[in-house]
Amino acid sequence: MKILNYRLVIFILSIIFGIVFSLPSFMQTDTGKKISLGLDLQGGLHMLLGVQTNEAVTSKIKSIATSIKYFADDEDLLLEDLSIDNDTITFSMLDKDELPKIEKSLEQISGLKISVDGLNVTVSLTDKEIERTKDLSVSQAVETIRNRLDQFGLAEPTVIRQGKTDIVVQLPGIKSQEDEKSARELISKPANLELMAVDEERADRVYTMSEAQAAEYGDLILEDTNDSNRLYLVKEIPILNGEQVIDAKVAFDKSNQPIINFTLNSSGARIFGDFTAKNVGKRLAVVLDGKVYSAPSIRERIGGGSGQISGGFTVQEAGNVAIALRSGALPASVKLLEKRSVGPSLGADSIEASMMALILGFALVVVFMVVYYRRAGVIANIALVTNIFIIVAVMAMFGATLTLPGMAGIVLTVGMAVDANVIITERIRELLKQGMSIPKAVEDGYSNAMRAILDANITTILAAVILYAYGTGPIKGFAVTISIGILASMLTAILGTHGIYDALMPKISKDKNTKKWFGVN
Amino acid sequence: MEIFKSTKIYNFMGSRLPFLGLSSILFIASIVLLVTKGLNFGIDFAGGTIVQVKYEQKAPISDIREVLKKKPAYSNAIISKFGSDEEVVIRLSGSSSDLSTDISDKITKVLAPTGKFEIRRVDIVGPKVGGELREKGIMALTLSILVILVYVSFRFEWRFAIASILALIHDITIAMGAISLFSVEVNLDILAALLTLLGYSLNDTIIVFDRIREGIQTSKETLIEKIVNESVTKTLSRTTLTSLTTFFVVVTLFAFGGEIIHGFAFTLVVGIIVGTYSSIFIAASFLVQLKFSITSFRAKEAEKVKRQKEKERMRAMYEKGTV
Repeated sequence: MKILNYRLVIFILSIIFGIVFSLPSFMQTDTGKKISLGLDLQGGLHMLLGVQTNEAVTSKIKSIATSIKYFADDEDLLLEDLSIDNDTITFSMLDKDELPKIEKSLEQISGLKISVDGLNVTVSLTDKEIERTKDLSVSQAVETIRNRLDQFGLAEPTVIRQGKTDIVVQLPGIKSQEDEKSARELISKPANLELMAVDEERADRVYTMSEAQAAEYGDLILEDTNDSNRLYLVKEIPILNGEQVIDAKVAFDKSNQPIINFTLNSSGARIFGDFTAKNVGKRLAVVLDGKVYSAPSIRERIGGGSGQISGGFTVQEAGNVAIALRSGALPASVKLLEKRSVGPSLGADSIEASMMALILGFALVVVFMVVYYRRAGVIANIALVTNIFIIVAVMAMFGATLTLPGMAGIVLTVGMAVDANVIITERIRELLKQGMSIPKAVEDGYSNAMRAILDANITTILAAVILYAYGTGPIKGFAVTISIGILASMLTAILGTHGIYDALMPKISKDKNTKKWFGVN
Repeated sequence: MEIFKSTKIYNFMGSRLPFLGLSSILFIASIVLLVTKGLNFGIDFAGGTIVQVKYEQKAPISDIREVLKKKPAYSNAIISKFGSDEEVVIRLSGSSSDLSTDISDKITKVLAPTGKFEIRRVDIVGPKVGGELREKGIMALTLSILVILVYVSFRFEWRFAIASILALIHDITIAMGAISLFSVEVNLDILAALLTLLGYSLNDTIIVFDRIREGIQTSKETLIEKIVNESVTKTLSRTTLTSLTTFFVVVTLFAFGGEIIHGFAFTLVVGIIVGTYSSIFIAASFLVQLKFSITSFRAKEAEKVKRQKEKERMRAMYEKGTV
């Protein structure tokens, strides 16, 4: 038999592959692909957020109402009782001749159900449009949260959509509770900016009015952001909303208080200009997330499409609000469904503990194999070590994340990886006892063991695949490590060790010492 | 070195009824435990909140209880030691869905008078997520069993498949009985451990079954009991050895892996013992109990070989061009 056989060549190549590609992970070098540590090992924040998609539908209806109102004002159409109830807009026309105009403008908006009964008009969204709006609200929320976290300057945030309404957010390397808090605030801030007209006719009665009464006039009662006893009565349909904001920056006013300057897009600027021109002397409420920040009187037409929000921010708050406004409003609020935060010290402890267990368990197995099988044990151990290198290398190549259960998966693979070699060596021993020659016993040992190893490993892999398909985060990681481990162990234990035996066979057959080589007489 | 040196064939099947009896007792006891005591579902499945706190000195558990009791929101809190003396875990049944107010801030404030500490971990799982995880877990388990059933039926015979699934259910149920008995908290990692056991126990059983299949095909013996005895004896060193090496690792994990991995390691330790026992004493008994018939299996196998040969003959004829 030749010393260099194809099995040995493949095995040596896989050893080289394993060592080269696992080095960056072991050495934690800066270059090269590494296994990234899961949040449970390096510390960080994992959250599952649920988008309240119904809110997106409501706010879409609201913005349609805003544009109906703007259109009517602009064209001097006489509208009455414009109001929203249960995601349906109702209003009535005073002049029958103006009805077609309104209808025509509504038809330009897609996805609307419009019904006209005499002079009364009802507008709502079609079912398909409701679905689309909900779906859009989730993808938009993903985009918005991602933008905000990017600007916040956190390392490698992950924001992924999961299922119909949920979003997974992962922030590795959050060091302190303060960091976590501001990240959570940044994510949850709706940043819904609205400019609303104060109902000057009834503003004096705001403190005696109930919310239901206000709603009858098409008004809302809002609190002041700094003083919850101070109330404002504003028109329910906003003049402008955050969709038209294209930029927001922190600035300082004359008394050196932080304020936020915002810039509107061209259509927003036009609406803003028209409204301020028509309403000089009246008040305009700047509303952020349902609270009034300020309500200055309009002194003159404001052109150019910029405005400011003032109202007792701290510098950091102002910064966060500005980031939130810039990256767009959350189309719907998000609720926390699941949160896992692991402090960096706990992560380090976990790594230490499982590393210790891994090394200790590994050492026990290695020693045991050599004592029990002698040189066959040494050969099996070579396969075992290579196996670990290959697992780490493959995981690094796929950019897999190593979690605590994943680590347990590796630990378990160590135990199970020797299995194939145990089966093979036991078969060889059996054949030797029957008096077979060493080369023949090794050949037959491998071929006899093959079917059992394949069947056993394939069933385990099948189970792992299902785990991967149905599992969540950590279980997926566990399934991946187990599968890679089994595939690697087939490569190293079946092909690799066979190659070594082939190469050593001239020596072994000359030696004829089965005690030394296989630990059996 | 050898563990089982003698060439003696052990008569496992002769004493299969006592072992089946023992297994039945364990199995029924586990079911009773699971029904009466139930599983201690952790927050992954039940929903809730866990806060892990590490003190700079020994954790003042009674003080913690005292201050938490004063706040109605935390009066249902369960406080327990976690691993070392410095660390405690506080469990709350509710979960807040509000992103901007956080339990860790609140707990920090409430615990402030109890000493210097650091919050190491906060897990919040809402009820919806818990329900979903539970469903997915059961789904994964059922599907894995189905797929294994199909694969083993295809590779062996349906009785082998039924026997391996029975052995599997035996192992998993007893492991779950132990989890219930020791009130181990059932979380995602326990599910992972149970699924690992599924793979492990199956692995073991299939290696034994493969030997039985081989015995049926190669020996002239017609008594299934004798073939089973011979096959189980021949795989005995392998079964014990692999179990031993895996056991080494799992036990070190249990002893040194830290508190977080304790439940996971415990499940595996129990599972490996049960799995090894069942693949030696139980799995093949099911095969015998199911009245597996060697003669009909041989006839079927012979039929398969005949068909294969026929196919080859046909192909050879086609290739020669003489039909």
